[in-house]
Amino acid sequence: MSKARCITIDGNEAAASVAFRVSEVIAIYPITPSSTMAELCDEWASRGKTNLWGVVPSVAEMQSEGGAAGAVHGALQAGALSTTFTASQGLLLMIPNMYKIAGELTPFTMHVAARTLATHALSIFGDHSDVMAVRQTGFALLCSSSVQEAHDLAAVAHAASLESRVPFLHFFDGFRTSHEVAKIEEIGDDDLRSLISEDAIAAHRRRALTPDRPVLRGTAQNPDVFFQAREAANGFYDACPGIVERAMAALERRTGRRYALFEYSGHPEAERVVVIMGSGAETTQETVEELAGRGEKVGMLKVRLYRPFSRSAFLKALPRSARGLAVLDRTKEPGSLGDPLYLDVMTALGEARSEGASPFKADPLVVAGRYGLSSKEFTPAMVKSVLDELGKKAPRRHFTIGIVDDVTHTSLAWEASYRTRADDVSTALFYGLGADGTVGANKNSIKIIGQETDQHVQGYFVYDSKKSGAITVSHLRTSPRPIRSTYLVDQARFVACHQFEFTSKIDVLEHAAPGAAFLLNAPGEPGEVWDRLPREMQEQMVEKRIRFFVIDAFALAKRAGMGGRINTIMQTCFFAISGVLPKDKAIADIKKAIEKTYGKRGPEVVRRNCEVVDQALTHMHEVPVPKAASAKHRRPPIVSEEAPDFVRKVSAVMLAGKGDLLPVSAFPVDGTWPLGTAKWEKRNLALEIPVWDTTVCIQCNQCALVCPHAAIRAKVYEPAALSDPPPTFKSTPYKGPEFKGKVYTIQVAPEDCTGCNLCVNVCPAKDRTNPRHKAINMEPQAPLRDAERANYDFFLALPETSRAEIGRLDHKGSQFLEPLFEYSGACSGCGETPYLKLLTQLFGDRLLMANATGCSSIYGGNLPTTPYTTNRDGRGPAWSNSLFEDNAEFGLGFRLALDAHADAARFLVRHLAPRLGDTLPAELLEADQGTDAGITAQRDRVQALRSALKRLEVPEARRLEEIADYLVKKSVWLVGGDGWAYDIGYGGLDHVLAGRWDVNVLVLDTEVYSNTGGQQSKATPLGAAAKFAVAGKPVGKKDLGLLANMYGHVYVARVAFGAKMAQTTQAFLEAEAYPGPSLIIAYSHCIAHGYDMAQGAAQQKLAVDSGVWPLYRFDPRRLVKGEPPMHLDYAEPKARVADYMRNEARFRMVERADPARFKRFLEEAQSAARKRYSVYQQLAGIKVPVDEPQAPAPPPEAPAGDVKP
Amino acid sequence: MNLATRYLGLALPHPLVVGAGPLTDDADKVRHLEDEGAAALVLRSLYEEDVKGEQMAAFFYSESHGESFAEASSYSPDPERAFGPEEYLDHLRRVKQAVGIPVIASLNGMSLDGWTSSARLLEQAGADAIELNIYHAASDPSIGAADVERQMIQIVREVKREVRIPIAVKLSPLFTAFAHFAHQVDAAGADGMVLFNRFHRVDIDVLELEVIRTLELSDSSDLQRRLRGIAALSGRVRASLAVTGGIHTALDVVKATMAGAHVTQMVSALLRNGPGHLRVVREALLLWMEENEWGSLDEMRGNMSFERIPDPAAYERANFIKLFR
Repeated sequence: MSKARCITIDGNEAAASVAFRVSEVIAIYPITPSSTMAELCDEWASRGKTNLWGVVPSVAEMQSEGGAAGAVHGALQAGALSTTFTASQGLLLMIPNMYKIAGELTPFTMHVAARTLATHALSIFGDHSDVMAVRQTGFALLCSSSVQEAHDLAAVAHAASLESRVPFLHFFDGFRTSHEVAKIEEIGDDDLRSLISEDAIAAHRRRALTPDRPVLRGTAQNPDVFFQAREAANGFYDACPGIVERAMAALERRTGRRYALFEYSGHPEAERVVVIMGSGAETTQETVEELAGRGEKVGMLKVRLYRPFSRSAFLKALPRSARGLAVLDRTKEPGSLGDPLYLDVMTALGEARSEGASPFKADPLVVAGRYGLSSKEFTPAMVKSVLDELGKKAPRRHFTIGIVDDVTHTSLAWEASYRTRADDVSTALFYGLGADGTVGANKNSIKIIGQETDQHVQGYFVYDSKKSGAITVSHLRTSPRPIRSTYLVDQARFVACHQFEFTSKIDVLEHAAPGAAFLLNAPGEPGEVWDRLPREMQEQMVEKRIRFFVIDAFALAKRAGMGGRINTIMQTCFFAISGVLPKDKAIADIKKAIEKTYGKRGPEVVRRNCEVVDQALTHMHEVPVPKAASAKHRRPPIVSEEAPDFVRKVSAVMLAGKGDLLPVSAFPVDGTWPLGTAKWEKRNLALEIPVWDTTVCIQCNQCALVCPHAAIRAKVYEPAALSDPPPTFKSTPYKGPEFKGKVYTIQVAPEDCTGCNLCVNVCPAKDRTNPRHKAINMEPQAPLRDAERANYDFFLALPETSRAEIGRLDHKGSQFLEPLFEYSGACSGCGETPYLKLLTQLFGDRLLMANATGCSSIYGGNLPTTPYTTNRDGRGPAWSNSLFEDNAEFGLGFRLALDAHADAARFLVRHLAPRLGDTLPAELLEADQGTDAGITAQRDRVQALRSALKRLEVPEARRLEEIADYLVKKSVWLVGGDGWAYDIGYGGLDHVLAGRWDVNVLVLDTEVYSNTGGQQSKATPLGAAAKFAVAGKPVGKKDLGLLANMYGHVYVARVAFGAKMAQTTQAFLEAEAYPGPSLIIAYSHCIAHGYDMAQGAAQQKLAVDSGVWPLYRFDPRRLVKGEPPMHLDYAEPKARVADYMRNEARFRMVERADPARFKRFLEEAQSAARKRYSVYQQLAGIKVPVDEPQAPAPPPEAPAGDVKP
Repeated sequence: MNLATRYLGLALPHPLVVGAGPLTDDADKVRHLEDEGAAALVLRSLYEEDVKGEQMAAFFYSESHGESFAEASSYSPDPERAFGPEEYLDHLRRVKQAVGIPVIASLNGMSLDGWTSSARLLEQAGADAIELNIYHAASDPSIGAADVERQMIQIVREVKREVRIPIAVKLSPLFTAFAHFAHQVDAAGADGMVLFNRFHRVDIDVLELEVIRTLELSDSSDLQRRLRGIAALSGRVRASLAVTGGIHTALDVVKATMAGAHVTQMVSALLRNGPGHLRVVREALLLWMEENEWGSLDEMRGNMSFERIPDPAAYERANFIKLFR
């Protein structure tokens, strides 16, 4: 047995490390939580790392998981060793190929970070609903429960698949295992090589499709033979479990780590046994072993090879003493007799009994439990509850554990205070902001402890769902024993709060153990900190006898030029307080970790981090905790008392971090959620907010347009509305003729602003006597908060400007319309959300949105609060997310339904016309709804129709009442990112554009898969570094607009609000008005581009001025007038592409890595900008003959896809 | 005809040096400059901001978004190589590999915040000498001239301490007592002085209320200020002297040499006329010397300096009195 190297890594890396080394072709596509596996393989390959055979695997990113599956299928057929990684919906997209790969008996292993399938809602978190959805494909399913197992069983899977010819899906729990950092023993190359049979590889090669030994696969078979041929593979499945056992035994011989198909732990004569697989099995084992140690006859069976399910191995592993089995599934199959593992267990026992092969005198009672959906916590207390239930005389046959089901009463209760023994386990909790680097430092801490001590370590990190101001909670454990606690730390001996503001928002000491140390980053003098803590916190500190340490880490970081990066300061304090390592050793190790982590960022970065580490401990102070609480102030309520009932009873609980406590009855049954919840979550993220100077302002409204969070707004209103304003409320006479006599206000939402600075940077108005001073200027938020809150409330209550009053609905006029998308959790300075906000301002009260999965669906629809909202009439965007890949089709479905409803309504109006008055029916049917005024008039007519219908006692009247609103024009928008439009959803998008349906497509083009971490898409520009294109994308961006132009009947615009706001607004209006498919491709600056988002608008302008991003509108309606349909909205490029590219780290990192390559990219990009302009200019000059007017044809039967009148 | 000269202790075949500018940005093009006869190359400056600014900015932008959101631990691939001085050092190494002539690296900064240690990195990367650019706009009313000068001298000393290779200090013409300051630089150990720094041209956009910065190419008329500066120092300082700004023709070289320059740096002339202009000027210089019977540049060097001309006032205030009275 060889001596293994210990490494501290997460589950994804553990699996990928094996997969990479035994593969030749790797096809990838990003999807949470598996993306890291693909990213690592791509990174390793790009750095020249080789597989076991000295060759760098070929890594190819595909356009979807379906594409990745197709690519690996082809690679396998051509004789390569191949792998891929995926999760959730991605796995579903692979199913067709999985059947093929299995049907062709192909050795292949894929690795899945098991994740919830989207049902009533999307969830990125972990359960087995995805892997259970492929259990019928013919793939073997091998499950790992821990990071070590993800490493070991990855090797077993690859080895067994080669031997057995059965393809393997190796899986582990998304996040809980994929993202847990733990110390494991690495399988060295020699050990790995010893597990892989060269003979099996040779056999695989010999089966390859090659014209040198041609064979045919993929035939079509008929009823005469298909069935028999399908059964021909049976022997391979029969042999598979034995092969897996042998692979496990081989692994044990090399590493000493023992695995079995089914592994039993617990009392040798257990009567109550839990059957479970995945990370929950670790917690179960921890609990059962402790209970068994106390003499309780309990045990647990860990399922590793779920498919092929070996009945004999299963029965053999169970103790004969078992009287009751609780089979726990981490998935839900509504309507079935039970969830899948339960059904398999029942079948195994039943068959054995009926064949007389049962090892039990009397078969144990089997009950089924469901747990842990979407990474729901699964704790020892829950395991104990299940075992207790099993001990009852008549245990519940089907139950849930981990929730309170007060509707169908499936849930078991559990005693939350029950915990397993942990007196030798060190536990720590860290509350931080994403931006302050808390998680990164804690990952380093875990690695330091893992590498420098004999301790076992575990790090698990919880994030909230916001992209700006995200709160992170790090859960760290160290122990002399292996750690099986796959649940969050709830009794921490050390708690750190890295942001003082949290003390008034979150109960950070909720999980502090008695006597715990509490480290708080607090500004100001240490002696004054106690008095600033809320009373609840003081009471906890007294009651729990907390040792209290404070440090003003921000002051120290600022002095050292570290901005808000306090992570290494706090990390140093953690080591000093916890004493896990000698102080000097800890500091030396932290510095080593800084060098390793930040060395790639540069020596100055390393120097400054090390400098603050050296200074940290002299700035830390232990503060004595008084004997009693003294504070008068308490934590403010999570949401205002004025919030709606649902927000107070549900959203507020989630915001407080206590959503786990909400019972089933609190939730809508079908995932439906109310609008307008974000407004109740006052996040107070901005340190500085914009302040308006009425004397300088030119009333252009640009600040309002660019605000990503709708936190700065404009209104015009009658002076009379200004009665009794708050003392500091500002207004000024409106300057233009269109609202003569009215007053004008720009108002900031102080608690919703994220302080991104975009508004200040686009503000064109300068004080002529002091150009540094603009019409809006950033000032500290805290002193302004209360006054501006009152001002904002007053502002919101002012009357809205009606559409009819706004003469020109341009970029300025549009900003007088109420945004129905506000305060999203998008990144500070986001380049996407201004477009969405504009969309809701222009059409929000009649808008249906289909939103592809991605950033926009996350900040648009991720709980606890969501940004889409309603106007005073209760109208607003109806929004839904179906999937990533199907959004165009999904949105088209909206259009088809709307048209069907409208057709039916018109039919009924015609049918009832004689009884609806003389003019109303004709007016309803012939209404011009091309303008806002026309739509308002039609709404009035529908109101009149409703009144008329009330008087009619016929069924048709009742039917028409239901659908009368569809007589008013609705606006359908299909929204998504470039990953959707250019890649995974392109086929559907192309189809929808190819028809004549009246749908509008808005592509928020960030030029990468932003939501999953910046992987390249086909929208990524030439020369940009992105994940999966580390050395810079070698080919140019796909011209989606030009492709759509070629249809001729599609309205197409490319816009960039930072370059030309007027053109952006015009494009939105034209697209909506165009009675056919419209496509707007919107430049969206993004954090993945690597520069300060405050400069986003300026960079957009540079993109346009340099010709990198063309602005145009292609309007097929111009053809009718004999005009060229293409209209260029940008001038011949004058700025240098180099200046544009060098502003962004995504390009600069390529220049840094390979100047010659970058130079080539630069020259190509400059040339492409010039050529593009030339091509577009020529297109803009193309005229086509106008058809002679023809006699109107009789109205035809409308074929599918025709433009509706 | 002997055009040989010594500058910063480097023996050069002639005084035509390519000054700091875009010409030396491209590792491929420097070969062309050498082929056309450049005696030495000066690279563009490694700025204090390069050493710290971009890497810190990249650090803040990338790290502040990473580890914040469950679906993405970062938003861009890890950089293969760090921003900061390494990029400059790589370029320096490539240029050194490409040419056999001396390569002078430049360092530009003004604070006392640790960046001067980069000088050692330049030395380790193969620089034959360092040109130190310490221009300071001195727009802070709380800092007096003596403070500014003291800080500059301290930077010179610090850089000298860091390296063994020679350093030249590139000076600004904007000193109340230029000669006095130059002597302090000399005393601080500078091996050479380069006269003078050329600045961005600043203009004001009166409608947008913005400051516009442009860098315009020099012409021979820029030389006169340099001649006066060099003439004031020639023979009075230990350091060797370079003229930069205004060297376009062989006569410009002659004048600079007569004022006391050891080398003349060309940038604008080469940008305007191409690298071949080096050869043109050298050949014209030889021809002029031959026609005027000068055997070597050493003979003429400094013959028109303050120390040697009969009427030094010609360079000074009296000059104006004579001309305009």
